[in-house]
Amino acid sequence: MDQSIADIARDVSAGKLKAADLVEESLRRIEEAAGYKAIIAATAERARERARFIDEQVRAGKKPGRLAGVPFIAKDNFLVFGADTTAASNILKGFEAPYQSTAIKKLEAEGAICVAKANLDAFAHGSSTENSDFFTTLNPRDKTRVPGGSSGGSAAAVVLGLAPFALGTDTGGSIRLPASFTGSVGLKPTYGLVSRSGVVAMASSTDCIGPLTRTVEDAALVLDVMAGRDDLDSTTIERDTDSYTDLDGGLGGKVVGIIKEYMDEGLDASVKTEVEKAIKQLEAAGAVIKEVSLPSLPLALAVYYIICPAEVSSNLSRYDGQRFGYSDRDAKDLDDSYELSRSKGFGAEAKRRIMIGTHVLSSGYYDAYYKKAQTVRTKLIREFEKAFQSVDFLVGPTAPNVAFKIGQNTADPLQMYLIDIMTVAANLAGVPSISVPCGEVDGLPVGLQLMAPQRADRALLSAASAYEELNV
Amino acid sequence: MAKLSRDDVLKLARLARLRLSDDEVSKLQDELSEILGYVEMLQKVDTDGLEPTSQVTGLTNVTRPDEVRDYGYKPDDLFKNLPAKDGRCIKTKRILG
Repeated sequence: MDQSIADIARDVSAGKLKAADLVEESLRRIEEAAGYKAIIAATAERARERARFIDEQVRAGKKPGRLAGVPFIAKDNFLVFGADTTAASNILKGFEAPYQSTAIKKLEAEGAICVAKANLDAFAHGSSTENSDFFTTLNPRDKTRVPGGSSGGSAAAVVLGLAPFALGTDTGGSIRLPASFTGSVGLKPTYGLVSRSGVVAMASSTDCIGPLTRTVEDAALVLDVMAGRDDLDSTTIERDTDSYTDLDGGLGGKVVGIIKEYMDEGLDASVKTEVEKAIKQLEAAGAVIKEVSLPSLPLALAVYYIICPAEVSSNLSRYDGQRFGYSDRDAKDLDDSYELSRSKGFGAEAKRRIMIGTHVLSSGYYDAYYKKAQTVRTKLIREFEKAFQSVDFLVGPTAPNVAFKIGQNTADPLQMYLIDIMTVAANLAGVPSISVPCGEVDGLPVGLQLMAPQRADRALLSAASAYEELNV
Repeated sequence: MAKLSRDDVLKLARLARLRLSDDEVSKLQDELSEILGYVEMLQKVDTDGLEPTSQVTGLTNVTRPDEVRDYGYKPDDLFKNLPAKDGRCIKTKRILG
């Protein structure tokens, strides 16, 4: 189970490995690593059933697909059969998926097997998993530290070897940040490249789905299976006709722009040293390095923390205690039922975001906050477009620091938001971005972030893979 | 910006259908004021001549034929998460006094 995803699938298809054994091994490791609290629930029964089906297909001489028998773990905001879908929130406790998300359906169609649901900050609101309504996931590299968030359970699961890959969602950095904090690979594709259908909505204009993996090659394969238009998500875009696994080109002659604003103040000095080493490596591998400035980047977090809570408050209005989710039994009338169900069902961070969102969208404040933020967003997008006229990729750190201690930032919500300062811009601009491991500071991983123009996901993966090979 | 008053917070809570404890109200007064103070930096940004962006990949008016398609959802599966039902109806509290 510790080989590449393609190798596992090949061996299962050839009958050399049994899907059933892979699933048992995965479930055994999940059990063993329970102390890290990466997992909310295993989907054991359904996984075993699917493994029998895959092994049966192989015996019958059929081809089970490009992910034949490969176990994976889904963040618990994906609708999946076999366990509840809670989004790590009390309000969705006990919610049974009536259908599966498109991403899961596509992975299953190629023979992959979901074995468990991973922990997250409730509704994906957070950067550490400390906002989970259930428990905090521990960083496998140092149990006293957070794994990053919100896809912290998924990242920890991959690093612990519970499965070869995990799915995450990235609305403002929620795949890349935990990848950086745990030393895994985290890919946020171009906005709309992977269908959001069947994934609990956070901020719809920036929500993206992507894999957390051990290698770039694995991430490319998982993306290739999930990418493409979907009738059930009207924001999806056409995929490349070429496979995203055709990683070619290397770094020779590529122009890499080092983002000035990310290398300036606010960046931990030791993290900066590691990122500078990585830049030297890119240069030695033939890349042309230049410094690039996107002057509006320091505004990106402010833009994000208006747009995101606005969309959150709208998307969470459906949790009204009437159609699904927690419903308070003591309510006297309908209004009472709305208020009691929401107040008891939502955690502190969901409430905070609903309140900010309600404020910035409310009459009299809409123009000053929401419309202004969407207009500054345009300015930022123009700066990205201009930068990509002269560079192939933008590069910088994924986060300003390494994984922080559990509890270190919980008392100050703004301090917690500031951890996303280097990841939110890619979401606002819709460009693909990947975090790959680049060195360590006192034994804790540092992430290198690469960004490419919209729809250049394959080129991004190629560059990330070429960088990764320099460090093997 | 000035700190949000207790009444400001209570008004927002009412709009969002949240019932907050006294503790939550005073905490949110501080936290919301701090966050809104941070995003205040956008007010000074020159955005003359720029339009707001809400969709980043250039898609507009994505439509599909208005026809029934089978996506494999079973109505009974959609009903199983209802907190209260009466046959195939969603049961809610009284809405008229």
